[in-house]
Amino acid sequence: MLGDRQQLSYIAAQAADARLNLELETEGMTLNIGPQHPATHGTLRIIARLDGEQVVWAEPACGYMHRGYEKLTEVRTYPQVTTLVNRIDWLGSFANEVPFILAAEKLMEVEAPPRAQHIRTILFELSRIANVSLFLGDLGVQLGAITPVFLAFRDREYVLNLIESATGGRFHPNFDRIGGLKDDLPAGWIDETRAVMKKLRGFCDQIEDLLFGNEIFQSRTRGIGVIPRDVALQYGLSGANLRASGVDWDLRRDHQLPMAWNKADWKVWTHPDGDSFARCWIRLQETRESTKIVDQLLGSIPAGPVMAKVPKIIKVPEGEAWVSTENPLGEMGYYIVSRGDLGPFRVKIRSASFNNISITPWLLRGVYVPDIVTILASLYFILGDIDR
Amino acid sequence: MSPLLAEIPYWGESLLRVLGGLVAVLLPAGTIVYVFLFKMMSFMQSRLGPMEAGPYGSMQLFAEVGKWLQKEDIVPERADARIFKMAPVIVLLSTFLLVVVVPFGPDALFTDLETGIFYALAVSSVSVLGILIAGWSSANKYSLLGGLRAAGQLIAYELPMVLAVMGVVIQAGTMNLQKIVVAQNSGSMFGIDAVGHPYVISQFVGFVIFMIAIQAELTQAPFDMPIAESELVSGYMTEYSGFRFLIFFIGEFATAGVFAMIASVLFLGGWGVPFSWFGWTSIDEVDNWMNFAGPLIMFTKMMLIVFIIMWIRFSYPRLREDQLQRFAWKGLIPVALANIMFTSILKVVF
Repeated sequence: MLGDRQQLSYIAAQAADARLNLELETEGMTLNIGPQHPATHGTLRIIARLDGEQVVWAEPACGYMHRGYEKLTEVRTYPQVTTLVNRIDWLGSFANEVPFILAAEKLMEVEAPPRAQHIRTILFELSRIANVSLFLGDLGVQLGAITPVFLAFRDREYVLNLIESATGGRFHPNFDRIGGLKDDLPAGWIDETRAVMKKLRGFCDQIEDLLFGNEIFQSRTRGIGVIPRDVALQYGLSGANLRASGVDWDLRRDHQLPMAWNKADWKVWTHPDGDSFARCWIRLQETRESTKIVDQLLGSIPAGPVMAKVPKIIKVPEGEAWVSTENPLGEMGYYIVSRGDLGPFRVKIRSASFNNISITPWLLRGVYVPDIVTILASLYFILGDIDR
Repeated sequence: MSPLLAEIPYWGESLLRVLGGLVAVLLPAGTIVYVFLFKMMSFMQSRLGPMEAGPYGSMQLFAEVGKWLQKEDIVPERADARIFKMAPVIVLLSTFLLVVVVPFGPDALFTDLETGIFYALAVSSVSVLGILIAGWSSANKYSLLGGLRAAGQLIAYELPMVLAVMGVVIQAGTMNLQKIVVAQNSGSMFGIDAVGHPYVISQFVGFVIFMIAIQAELTQAPFDMPIAESELVSGYMTEYSGFRFLIFFIGEFATAGVFAMIASVLFLGGWGVPFSWFGWTSIDEVDNWMNFAGPLIMFTKMMLIVFIIMWIRFSYPRLREDQLQRFAWKGLIPVALANIMFTSILKVVF
């Protein structure tokens, strides 16, 4: 199926090129979207060959911001690695630490106490809300509506304040430890969080009114950048991009991890369309679900310590472990190979955005230049998550 | 001619006209930038906007102008330098050409052209030329795309604009803007002359089409594809910096002001108050104080219309180029044609 599709679009591209060069005696234009371009919020470069305003061929060129994290982890100790990895997806940094810590815990055969698991899950969901609420605002900017992004920045600030008051870091908490958390929650944090979750549900309603109900927004996103179910699976998409193509797949529910998601009652949203609108809509619904998860978990935080008994100097026994979680951008996982040292021997980071943008050559063929921006916005990548 | 101007020599009168023109273009532009771009947008987006320069940041615009004037005037190496430098001037020129036919009072006007609205619609398309050559001469792919989009868009929306104006012209029976103002203010609706007869009521369809068309002519969202900062960086303005960018910037908002003035002349009764309030019956009886009150009334109406334009601009996402063209050719133009037909039938019947 995919082979046929690819072959057909390849033939179409070749034919379009030939028509450009021979029949009309014109040349196509190669447009470099990026590395410095407002639509790529970072340094992604999309090389697009255009016929007028239509894309004949497009390819993402990444690596402009490669920071070598996989290699750097080899010369760090386990506690130091969390500092690195929460800079991968910088908008939802706490969520990056969790799978790494879980993988290390799996090798050491320790498990965080229930209270730590609960707080981890709450902070995980808060970082998802902080991440996706910015996406919802940024979506407006990519489409030319400048107001939503300021609303997003305003309401994200409440969430960042919560993360800061709990962990000490707004952007890079570095709060997760092997065996639990660095600290307990500060006093009054739970009530404050409830109030903020209410505000964020209001924000979601506002964005739904302002953007999703707008006819121009719908005409720009509905039926644009359609990813069928099988293609989405074959390109290894994950997260909201996959659920928007109608695949009911959420690692929070499907993986049995020592986290507290199964203690809350929430829904995995899917959308049958697979177009840009579906991807944006899924993220909006997920933000709402996240606020619900946080609300429910706040009421049932068990008492007890936040740190299990682990040695002062952490040595992870020899072995290999793979843990992945449902991060704001999609599946994020770490494959840790340990030789029993202070630091990992090798870490393979599977980040969601890298796989998510790998579909762009397939997806961007034949669309118009303005749709490149909508499609890229709806695929939602963070450059740090692509280049690591 | 009023007695005030009659005693001034010709050169003095010309100087006054030039100064008046500058004021009529730059004052609205500055006010629009401060009130709408700086303040209203900020309040819509839950922030304060500029607060440091002057009380409530009212001097911010001067600070911005000072900043732009200090910047280097960069011309790209492969650009067609002479034309590149000319383009912003052409854009601003069309604004100045446009303002000369706008009447601000019974005598406060620059010229009284018999075919005023025809002239206004004609010179407003001069700016297309400026934008197109700006896009072409920049030697930048984004600029080129932006310039071509602008050309396509401005030409497409010129047509519904002309057709929307046709309704007013048919109803007023003249193309002279001054006479259109008088016709609205001395008219009556169903025998009641309390508010005159502003054409926004009888030509509502025309008004809506005209507003949509000027939104597109001014390349404001949802029709801002020529600039489209998330796709084309800054469209045809990408390569401009320093005072040439400033001229584009002033041109954008000055044109918004002038188009709003023309809209208020055509649909809201321009500078006038309903003549029945003061017992006037024709333009000759209008008191001289209207020459001072007129510009203020005009300014108020202009701000009202610009408010609508900016309100839409700050809350709507942008259309795609093909959707925009489809909207103009399949939506606005047929409706405008139907409006003309309907208006002419009513004109003949009554």
